[in-house]
Amino acid sequence: MTKVLDIPKVNAKNMTEKEFFYGHKACAGCGGSIAVRLALKVLGERTYSALPAGCMSAVGFIYPQMAFNSNAIITTFPGSASMAAGIAAGAKALGQKDFKTVVFAGDGGTADIGFQALSGMIDRNDDVLYICYDNEAYMNTGIQKSGLTPYGTKTTTTPAGKNIPGTITHKKNLFEIIAAHDIAYAATASIGYPQDFINKVNKAKHVKGATFIHVYASCPTGWGTPTETSVEIAKDAVDAGLIFLAEYEDGEYKLNRNPKEFKSVEEYLKKQGRFKHMSDADIQCVIENRDKKWERMRKNWL
Amino acid sequence: MKTNKIFISGDEAVAQGVKLSRPHVVAAYPITPQTITVERLSEMVEAGEMDAEYMHVESEHSAISATMGASAVGARTFTASSSQGLLYMAEGLHYCSGGRWPVVMMNANRSVALPWSIYGDQRDSLSLLDSGWIQVYVEDAQEALDMIIQAYKIAEHKDVLTPMMVNLDGFILTHTYELVEIPDQEMVDQFLPPFETPNKMSFENPKNLGFSSRPDDNTEFKYQQNEAMFNAIDVIRKTDEDFTEMFGRKYHGMVEEYMCEDADVVLVALGSVCGTVRVVVDKLRAEGKKVGLLKIRYMRPFPVEEVKDLAKRVKAMGVIDKDISFGYEGTVYTNVNSAISQIDKYVYKSNFVGGLGGRDITKAEIEDMYNKLYAGLENKSEETVEFFSLNVEGND
Repeated sequence: MTKVLDIPKVNAKNMTEKEFFYGHKACAGCGGSIAVRLALKVLGERTYSALPAGCMSAVGFIYPQMAFNSNAIITTFPGSASMAAGIAAGAKALGQKDFKTVVFAGDGGTADIGFQALSGMIDRNDDVLYICYDNEAYMNTGIQKSGLTPYGTKTTTTPAGKNIPGTITHKKNLFEIIAAHDIAYAATASIGYPQDFINKVNKAKHVKGATFIHVYASCPTGWGTPTETSVEIAKDAVDAGLIFLAEYEDGEYKLNRNPKEFKSVEEYLKKQGRFKHMSDADIQCVIENRDKKWERMRKNWL
Repeated sequence: MKTNKIFISGDEAVAQGVKLSRPHVVAAYPITPQTITVERLSEMVEAGEMDAEYMHVESEHSAISATMGASAVGARTFTASSSQGLLYMAEGLHYCSGGRWPVVMMNANRSVALPWSIYGDQRDSLSLLDSGWIQVYVEDAQEALDMIIQAYKIAEHKDVLTPMMVNLDGFILTHTYELVEIPDQEMVDQFLPPFETPNKMSFENPKNLGFSSRPDDNTEFKYQQNEAMFNAIDVIRKTDEDFTEMFGRKYHGMVEEYMCEDADVVLVALGSVCGTVRVVVDKLRAEGKKVGLLKIRYMRPFPVEEVKDLAKRVKAMGVIDKDISFGYEGTVYTNVNSAISQIDKYVYKSNFVGGLGGRDITKAEIEDMYNKLYAGLENKSEETVEFFSLNVEGND
């Protein structure tokens, strides 16, 4: 693997002015589109993007208005990892060099329907960077629960009522499931910490083989938050400890951010329409689950 | 011409045809009775005889997905499947034809569960006739090998750009050994030039592919796809002629007529059963009966003109279907019947459904079909649809 020190740094000062994802029809304040835009600026012109059915493909490829300035393709919903793997294999077989193949898939497209193909892609160590932009539900179809929808969330398929308080399962432990494949590089990120995300994309860009980034990406439409707070709320989630920033590299976990104190979970939740109904007991359940996770991470990853 | 004949199975013949066609990427998932093909291809890649990326995909869905991805950057690709695997690919089959990626696949025709059966019939591919793939059905291992080579030439033609499925009957062809002539690589290279397409992503000319279309445009895309399929008819005929000129073997394009010139009564069939029908035709001809066989090679595009042309010349036509469209009739029959209905003449028609889940279709059964066609013709009967040799009380 290329040593981190050898990789030229990318930041707001030296990042390309060129836009690769531009003129799309995403909602105002869309976190997913921020993740795609930043990642493509880091990856550059020689990139093949593969996107399954989902928000970013729905807003980016409406013939004849194409929003990607570099090569991009919509894949089947379950087949983004395998189509990207085919792109990488085909381009390699044709003798192409110095390019990157990247997937941008949502939480449902990654943790649910696309998971089998993703697991196969990592198993084969195909030369693909897989980025999951996680807005915590099937937003493109109108806010339905996915495997990464957190406990308590009200969605259109997990309505909160007298009998069931919304989503009653916690988020799938996606990052560790991916790491368990012994992948060369995996990371979590948030659009609330853009430089950290940029660094991780930049690192993955220079790794040959399968890599994975799970980036937390807010969705004002699905979350019931003001459009201008998208970056802030994605930062709040990290600061409240509900989302963690970590890496898996050379067989080791690394916790990138280990705050002494967490910001209020309740405040984070109450800012969002999707959590407004939550009882004190449900909020306590979220906090307990967070604490259990951090105890384990601090014990094993530090 | 140099000849190089080896004794191999249908599956192995397909692998030889693939190797000669020089694909860049092979992605396949094992399923009986296709497995030997992918094993041989893996061995060829390992031995360095074949310069291809072999992708060990974790499912058929990923097999078709990966080949589409590779095709979308201009690579030549191959995949293979059968039965449940083909059905698992179904989403990708439609996707691939809509994307106009000329992927070539081998399908080992096998029954579809439930009940489980690893043995042959043609319900798998026939249930996917509308997925937009060119479908050819072969009769022996030699034809399987030759059609893989032809498939690339047809599918990749600029006026076609449509994926193609080469179907061979599970076990009867996939696992039966024959003496097969292996074409010379240099001649294949001459026959099949490298794949060139404008429909690809590249760094010189970046593209967004696999896009959405609004109601304003969707019908036009589907119209173009349908036109491409019709364009394939001439390309299929020309490719077969060119193939004959270069390699000597002739498959007659869309259909092959056997002893039909002066025939009164013909059977229509696909795939390996045609071999048995030929034997029965020879026997009945020796008895003075004017019988023939129409071997349908392509189910899509469908040989409408050829079927009509024959229907004008004969008195009775029976269709053997190793499939059933539940609640109606055999799918081959529906297609043949639709073509016959376009001519203004009485033809007695009958549909013989059977051979499902690997049951043999015997010479005696085929002879019985011809006899029934003669009887129906004599009585000027309406068309009949029957499951033949049924062991339970059927709809006789």
